[in-house]
Amino acid sequence: MSDAVSLRETYGQTLVALGKTNPDIVVLDADLSPSTMTKFFAKEFPERFFEVGIAEANMIGIASGLAAAGKIPFASTFAVFAPGRCFDQIRVSVAQARLNVKIAVTHAGVTVGEDGASHQALEDIALVNTLPGFTIIVPADAIETDRAVRAAAAHVGPCYIRMPRPKLPLIYDESYKFKIGKAVTLREGQDAAIIAIGVMVSQALAAAAELGKEGIDCRVLNMPTVKPIDEKAIIKAAQETGAVVTAEEHQLNGGLGSIVARVVAAHHPVPMEFVGVNDVFGQSGKPDELLVKYGLTAADIAGAVRKAVGRKG
Amino acid sequence: MEASSDVNKKSSRTPAGPARAGVFHSDEDLTAVARRLRRHIVTMIARAGSGHPGGSLSAVEIITALYWRILRHKPADPAWPERDRFVMSKGHAAPVLYAALAECGYFPVSELNTLRQLGSHLQGHADRTHTPGVEMSSGSLGQGLSFATGLSLGGRLDGAGWRVYVLLSDGECDEGQTWEAAMAAANFKLDNLTAIVDRNGIQLSGFNRDIMKLEPFKDKWAAFGWHVAEIDGHDISQVLDALAAAQKVKGQPAVIIARTVKGKGVSFMENNVDFHGKAPNAEQLEQALKELA
Repeated sequence: MSDAVSLRETYGQTLVALGKTNPDIVVLDADLSPSTMTKFFAKEFPERFFEVGIAEANMIGIASGLAAAGKIPFASTFAVFAPGRCFDQIRVSVAQARLNVKIAVTHAGVTVGEDGASHQALEDIALVNTLPGFTIIVPADAIETDRAVRAAAAHVGPCYIRMPRPKLPLIYDESYKFKIGKAVTLREGQDAAIIAIGVMVSQALAAAAELGKEGIDCRVLNMPTVKPIDEKAIIKAAQETGAVVTAEEHQLNGGLGSIVARVVAAHHPVPMEFVGVNDVFGQSGKPDELLVKYGLTAADIAGAVRKAVGRKG
Repeated sequence: MEASSDVNKKSSRTPAGPARAGVFHSDEDLTAVARRLRRHIVTMIARAGSGHPGGSLSAVEIITALYWRILRHKPADPAWPERDRFVMSKGHAAPVLYAALAECGYFPVSELNTLRQLGSHLQGHADRTHTPGVEMSSGSLGQGLSFATGLSLGGRLDGAGWRVYVLLSDGECDEGQTWEAAMAAANFKLDNLTAIVDRNGIQLSGFNRDIMKLEPFKDKWAAFGWHVAEIDGHDISQVLDALAAAQKVKGQPAVIIARTVKGKGVSFMENNVDFHGKAPNAEQLEQALKELA
């Protein structure tokens, strides 16, 4: 496995690169710029960086005003604070108002680690997914982060970009082309399909390798755009493999699994299993320990695939 | 009320020559305009069968002063880049804004009859995606000042000449976000931003003072770093003078606390909490229009 690279550091550097070519890029933060890595942009373009203090609701409103003035604002904080701390502001001042605001959050999921449950966002995707017009992107590595941030800047409409705290192994190389709304097949397979996002993508690849040794030929899809979801890729996977497993570092209620299940149920019902956090809050611990504790490992995915394959008619 | 000579003076920033083409201009007496807006408000809400007359009527002179004398705007070109921006944070008072926009020519006055109906441009609360001339969607209170702060930052970043005006209700100053934004606008020294608070003293379930004490209101804004003026919000000369003075404030945002009467102009609605969010019936409409004749 290749070296791990920080997604949020890549986010910060990509903002600087975008800022150099596009004077309309502006960045906001709510007292977390050393952690979200918007600090790079703040240093390079102080006149286009707005520190709003610990006030996420206000940050979203200011971002919507900047968007109405023709700017392309990236508002950053931890995933637990947006949408959690400012859902109504995102709903009314961004989504309903159809303003071109980019909300880019870091420290999503249990891999936040020692800070514990209050800081481990596990419901953010479910919340944002209910808002018409939003695009939700969950990059799986640093290269995808770079491409996703650039795509979000070019896209006209509200975007939510979700990144974890830890470094993640590189899945892609520099030739990678990201497209909003398109799933990426990382591994072909006929017996089952694993659809994964974010931190869980490398776990899914590891699970597929393990299952291959048992003679289970597993397809692995990365679903970087959760909304609008790539229905075609999901339907094709269900039709061609007959079993679907989703994997996410998020609550099962309302997350990727729920979203994929709706597509599968409507178009091509097949046995499905779901890997995610099952209706509990996280707790303090090391990221790797927490992934084990909440059933978010390659072994958990492999177990789910065996179960789904066993249920095929 | 008696209109002073100031009432009909033109904005000193109205562009001259060709750039002036399409910029709204009227020499009409503003007392007459205000009366017309009030008649529209009670009529459209009565026809809709629901809505918020009280907080619409209290803001009539503020809106009249802005749209007839202060704002540079082009009704035929709502997206004119150089326009001043008006943000209606108290979105439930949309009828007063709709009445002004229609009278200025953004859409036909006859459309006021469609308020709150399916498919209408005129939503129950202000909505920028439905109505020409509405800068921002609102209705969930406390969000407008943040938006206006962002707009002002964006305009300043571009060195634009336009200004931002935002109308708040006093009730929405219960919302913490209003004060987050107040802190931020002062922190950013936004002197292209003017807030007006429609201080009518009443919110949905009663008087402000019984629900959540706002006083000392003026001191709060001053403590947050704002230039504060307190005026009679139904005296158009005072409103115009305060808005003109706010344009000259440097290095800080300005707020105008406009003391008003909820339901102003209709005797049985004045200071009556029942008409915060209730439409007049046919008989009440007739009575209201008689008083506003």
